[in-house]
Amino acid sequence: MAYPADLKYTKDHEWMRVAGDVAEVGITDYAQEQLGDVVFVELPDVGRRVNAGEAFGSIESVKAVSELFAPAAGEIIEVNPSLKDHPESVNGTPHETWMVRLRLSDPNAAAALLDSAAYEKLISA
Amino acid sequence: MVPYAGWEMPVEYSGITNEHMAVRTRAGVFDVSHMGEIEIAGKNAFAAVQLISSNDASILQTGQAQYAALTTPDGTFVDDMLVYRMAPSHFMLVVNAANAAKDFAWISEQIKAVGDVAAIDSSSRYALIAVQGPAAREVLQPLATIELSEIGHYHFGYGEVAAARATISRTGYTGEDGFEIFVPPNVADRLWLAILESGRSADVVPCGLGARDTLRLEAAMRLYGNDIDESTSVLEAGLGWTIGWKKGDFIGRDRLLEQKERGTVRKLAGFEMIDRAIARQGYPVVSGGRQVGVVTSGTQTPFLKKAVGMAYVPTELHAVGTQIDIDVRGRVAKARIVPLPFYKRGSGVI
Repeated sequence: MAYPADLKYTKDHEWMRVAGDVAEVGITDYAQEQLGDVVFVELPDVGRRVNAGEAFGSIESVKAVSELFAPAAGEIIEVNPSLKDHPESVNGTPHETWMVRLRLSDPNAAAALLDSAAYEKLISA
Repeated sequence: MVPYAGWEMPVEYSGITNEHMAVRTRAGVFDVSHMGEIEIAGKNAFAAVQLISSNDASILQTGQAQYAALTTPDGTFVDDMLVYRMAPSHFMLVVNAANAAKDFAWISEQIKAVGDVAAIDSSSRYALIAVQGPAAREVLQPLATIELSEIGHYHFGYGEVAAARATISRTGYTGEDGFEIFVPPNVADRLWLAILESGRSADVVPCGLGARDTLRLEAAMRLYGNDIDESTSVLEAGLGWTIGWKKGDFIGRDRLLEQKERGTVRKLAGFEMIDRAIARQGYPVVSGGRQVGVVTSGTQTPFLKKAVGMAYVPTELHAVGTQIDIDVRGRVAKARIVPLPFYKRGSGVI
């Protein structure tokens, strides 16, 4: 699967899609491959503030549980309601399936993250 | 691929859910050659097996297999195993890969007192391929020289499968009908490919360790190292049905009899999550702010689509319907004790 150029990536295999000062956050195709069949996504309450790198939720597959880390600091303004009934969409369309919308503390936070080329290099290393 | 008891094992081929559903609805094939085989033979082989096994081998005919505990003097598990009666004085024990060397040393030591009997670790002589699922027989039959329908549940026979000499056992670790086929290692790949070819029209898929674990958990089959070990007794594990009380003495019998009369303080129970959470191995069962038990296996199972698991709980919390609290990574989640197994063949979704 291609890694879209309009996303920014972290070494923890999350991605961020920024529009203005709001970012959608999800996990990468590589991450969902490693996890296997996703059965449960635990998300935070709206209004919670997170720091960059802070765990804000967890994602569970049949075989394991992993934490979700915030790619940047901000406030959770929305969680994806469809994940409750359709966690498997993380496997099917990982780069379209956002988990939370984050109002960024610093609208330029994405600059500190990896672009798609750098991320692809990271996972192929 | 992951390291597993000295073997490189696949966790999944096409995805745990897909493989799990294939076994419940069609069939799946597993390479379980890592399993250990220990043979016990000689004039006193029967007496030796009666000494080391919890179950009563006197009810075992030649050509039949039974599940049993390889017991410690405390009535706990050196291992769990299938005991095959190959001949009146020849048995084969199929044991866990991680325990095979330990089991062999233990058995060799214990049977010295019996005399006129030998134990052989023949693990390297067998590859083991399992075909499991409702379509298992129709997939395997065209490859076999014997009539598979004549092999009863927990029985085995001899014949050729894909032109390889095989011991064909109607057993498994999935809760489905199926067969486990013992062949010499040098023909295992041929057998594997032949089964997949024969199963193509039935959409038979290769299955890894992941589906093996979720399938056995739905069927509430215990996993050594998770649900049972040297610290858990056969009765605590809810496996009292594997104890042949009438056969006379065996290792651990006194302690188990004591537990039977007085009851055990804890028991393995099945649970289903009430809150939205998955309780996994090692998570504490809590009550009144302190740990009172532990989850030994747990996941969201693909067929039942429920978060279920097994846990050791105090006996007073063991009754079906009791609500328990499980510490899921720092948060208390509610679960309910339910009957085992979670899944029983032919009953559909429970």
